[in-house]
Amino acid sequence: MGFVWFWIVAVMIAAYVVLDGFDLGVGILSPFLGRTEDARRTLYRSIGPVWDGNEVWLLAGGGTLYFAFPLLYASSFSGFYLPLMIVLWLLIMRGVSIELRMHIDHDVWRSFFDGLFFVASALLAIFFGAALANVIRGVPIGADSYFFLPLWTNWRVGANPGILDWYTVIGGVVALVALATHGALWLVLKAPGELEERARRAASTLWIALLVITLISLPATIAVRPSALANYKAYPILFAIPALVVATLIGMLSFTKQRKPLAAFLSSCLYLVFMLVGAAAGLYPTLLPSSTDPARDITIAGALAGPHSLHVGLIWWSLGLVLALAYFFTSYWLFRGKVTAEAGYGH
Amino acid sequence: MNALLLDRIHFAFTVTFHYLFPQLTMGLALLMVVMKLIALRSNDDRWNQAARFWAKIFAINFLLGVVTGIPMEFQFGTNWSEFARRTGGVIGQPLAMEGVFAFFLESTFLGLFLFGEKRMSKLAHFGAATMVFVGSWISGFFIIVTDAWMQHPLAYHLLPNGSYEVSSFWKFMLNPWAWLQYAHNMCGAVVTASFVVAATGAFYLLEKSHQEFGRLFLKIGVIAGLISCVVQIFPTGDFHGRYVAKYQPAAIAGMEGLFRTQKGAPVVLIGQPDENAQKIDNPLVVNDVLSFLLYGTTSAEVKGLNAFPRDQWPSALPLLYYSYHIMVGLGTWFLLLMLVAAFLLWRGKLYSARWILWPILLSFPLPYIANTAGWMTAEIGRQPWLVYGLIRTSEGYSTHVSAGNALFTLLGFLGMYSVLSILWIVIVYRFIRTGPAATAVEPEPATLTAV
Repeated sequence: MGFVWFWIVAVMIAAYVVLDGFDLGVGILSPFLGRTEDARRTLYRSIGPVWDGNEVWLLAGGGTLYFAFPLLYASSFSGFYLPLMIVLWLLIMRGVSIELRMHIDHDVWRSFFDGLFFVASALLAIFFGAALANVIRGVPIGADSYFFLPLWTNWRVGANPGILDWYTVIGGVVALVALATHGALWLVLKAPGELEERARRAASTLWIALLVITLISLPATIAVRPSALANYKAYPILFAIPALVVATLIGMLSFTKQRKPLAAFLSSCLYLVFMLVGAAAGLYPTLLPSSTDPARDITIAGALAGPHSLHVGLIWWSLGLVLALAYFFTSYWLFRGKVTAEAGYGH
Repeated sequence: MNALLLDRIHFAFTVTFHYLFPQLTMGLALLMVVMKLIALRSNDDRWNQAARFWAKIFAINFLLGVVTGIPMEFQFGTNWSEFARRTGGVIGQPLAMEGVFAFFLESTFLGLFLFGEKRMSKLAHFGAATMVFVGSWISGFFIIVTDAWMQHPLAYHLLPNGSYEVSSFWKFMLNPWAWLQYAHNMCGAVVTASFVVAATGAFYLLEKSHQEFGRLFLKIGVIAGLISCVVQIFPTGDFHGRYVAKYQPAAIAGMEGLFRTQKGAPVVLIGQPDENAQKIDNPLVVNDVLSFLLYGTTSAEVKGLNAFPRDQWPSALPLLYYSYHIMVGLGTWFLLLMLVAAFLLWRGKLYSARWILWPILLSFPLPYIANTAGWMTAEIGRQPWLVYGLIRTSEGYSTHVSAGNALFTLLGFLGMYSVLSILWIVIVYRFIRTGPAATAVEPEPATLTAV
């Protein structure tokens, strides 16, 4: 049961990263690609009907985490108090900026929300990457299973770390570059004409940065958390995951060069998925490792909710997921194809 | 200020601000379905235009409901971690179900409802509106089930690690408290939406612009307003009140300001509770009525606060008393106003009766206050318990989050929500200024709210 719910939560988080990832990426690229008002409108239009639904995966995933692993939810949410609150503020600012910029036809009004959209998107990507890196690095969990992390201490990964240190900053940069690339590939798929070309060039440039930072992050992870390799050594088949990360990276570039934007975008989706799966496979069955004492690790067994809830949960969750997928395909099918800047602007 | 108090203010402030938006969108979703239905049946396109106009206002409120709602789910873990740890196996369930069953539904069909009118048949568009309504009402249900378990915990058992688990999923979902509270709460949302729609109509008639739509809005607002105001008092409010009296007698005593147990207990209409002297100052009371309302006979005994140990009294007694009295007082005003307005509508005199249009216009903020006061009554009445009888509020907060950090984020939310309030007022005002007539079918709007 713990195994099943571990992967259910992991799948929902991965779905969130892949889906909200591209609209965060569009935000990160917006000042660079949105040089004219037409281009900016196209950027917003490419994510307009779907960004809110994408964000639902975060809420549904968070709710499922709360339900299946209450101790993990309680410990990590209170321990990561400050960064989570900042994430909430950024999510508010970002949602508002996407939706309100069109309401008043005035350059200053729109510029303000464009800036907010960029800053909030970029910082969210960095925070999400740093959050995952915190989970991999471990936190100083106390005897009562709780902890509290300041935003930063001495930028080292020792026994008394902060949310931000050299390793989690690498995690943040990985997320920033990966989601920017992801967003660029989405735009190649959705944007017309010149913007599509610019997005393609951006994707190619970003790809090099992504390759470099990915290759840095792998040894850094092993240095920070040698035990992450234990599962890999026990089940060598798991080494297929990093191989798939590399394969999808190559796919992103070569499909872009071959002008197969859908295949390139899907490669990017899979890249994100395999990065997450690789991290999850290294952690399992730990959910949140302790940086001080392995006996204080929060594990699946220690954090799992009661058996009756979880059995019932499996029934409604399966049903709910089928419905969610049905909505998802309906929505993306209806809004398929290229977007343009002109139609439907204004009110 | 200690961390516990700050965490309480943190949750109270963010949830109160959040609920300004869902109470309108849940009610408006129903009214939009009615508008679409009338349009479908009568082939009168004005009702489609009306629905499109309200869809714009719905969208901006929905957005603000979404962005202010995310912090609510997070705060169980951030500020109330010990509560989350102990009860996740119970209330984590409806919160997760809300995401899976309501949010996906709402976000998808709202997109279709707002963007898809040209791409789909009239019937399909009506269907999309209906799904938005269903999604928002399912969402409300899961939140109420969560709160109802905190108010009236049942179908649980304690695990060895000190946390609770659901012992029967269906008993948990069918908690009578939840269904009574749900009926009362959703009806309250319809009151808010009806008053907002009616007030907009009154505004258009008073300023003599968009008068055709002003009349439509008044008509639907007054009819829905009258029905919801009646149902709000009886049966939903009445039944809910009796249930509270049965399971939270201390809360009822606090709400009513009844310090001493007595037969033929009075209802206090106005007066100020004095906790130390244990009496009501300057009281205006009607004898026997409380006994009758709660137990159906004027001679029934009602337990006063003196029947309970002091550490089980609702901890913010005067605030509880005022919240309840404000809710009931406003509810009475709503019913009177809507009765008069509905009578005039029936006699065909409403649209020119400026003396009633003015109070309808000015009353639009009041349902927001009444709904907020109602929630304050429920949640302050639950004190000093976080989960009634099981977990005290003082046991539930995050002890590892310092008061300084809690104050930091509370101030952050205060600032951010002040800005959101201003943006909200500016945008909604602009929509109402522009009016419904300008609302043609938009080919392809860019985002959810820019319809």
